[in-house]
Amino acid sequence: MIAATYAIPDVIVFVIASLLMLVGAVFVITMKNPVHSALSLIMTFFGVAIAFIELDAHFLAAVEVIVYAGAIVVLFLFVIMFLGVDRDDVDANTPEPLVAQRPLAALGVVITVVGIITMLAHSHWVTGATAAATNGVPTEGGNNNINALGSAVFTTYLYAFEITAALLIIAVVGAVVLARKERALDLVAEDA
Amino acid sequence: MTIPASWYLIVAAMLFGIGAFGLLTRRNALIMFMCVELMLNAVNLTFVTFAHSLKDIGGQAAVFFILVVAAAEVTVGLGIVVAVFRRRSSTTVDELSELKG
Repeated sequence: MIAATYAIPDVIVFVIASLLMLVGAVFVITMKNPVHSALSLIMTFFGVAIAFIELDAHFLAAVEVIVYAGAIVVLFLFVIMFLGVDRDDVDANTPEPLVAQRPLAALGVVITVVGIITMLAHSHWVTGATAAATNGVPTEGGNNNINALGSAVFTTYLYAFEITAALLIIAVVGAVVLARKERALDLVAEDA
Repeated sequence: MTIPASWYLIVAAMLFGIGAFGLLTRRNALIMFMCVELMLNAVNLTFVTFAHSLKDIGGQAAVFFILVVAAAEVTVGLGIVVAVFRRRSSTTVDELSELKG
């Protein structure tokens, strides 16, 4: 039925990407050891990257692997190893602070997800205007994807791009201030 | 015929739901950060799907900025976790209750 309507390679890629994403996500929230959760997170990010390639976002697929699966997960692993908090099963050993916390959380999440999917099923959800109608920049696949995304970021979204530069500087300074030992603060105060 | 956009949107909704459930139930601050990343990725997938179906690069530009904000958020968030761990020797969020009214 499905194979008759859609191209089989597309369906296979979609199923593999979806399985990687959802299985990885379930492992992230079920694993006792935070290291295993971080490694499952890589699996999810690879699934998202495959979906990005299938959706003609080739540059973002590369960035997804480099920044998320590379930098952010390594940062997580570094902090886990640095703090030595692997294998603390605090979730299993301590009582829940709220009564029936988990069933309530599951109920809220199920209501949200079923609501979103019901909205998708009962409405025509792509109601926005296409790029051709709004004089926006159209998407491009392949090598032109970087050209199209680059010209959009450096023309239409230039101010947002400049603000991200300021945001990154603030984040770096904030991380340095947080990581500094308090003794260093006292020394600065004595010098002043 | 290519895969319809709704399939990817449903997967993104499920991914968001799994991340939200983990954020609500787990109490290790590091796992909670990972769940926030899962939810951000679900939204990224939605943006890219709409960029594909509407043929507008604006969705991909939005994902580009989300990536930058996520990197900044993880940097500062993990810095806070390390700073808290120095005082408490624990990353359990239930023990951080000084600000409780």
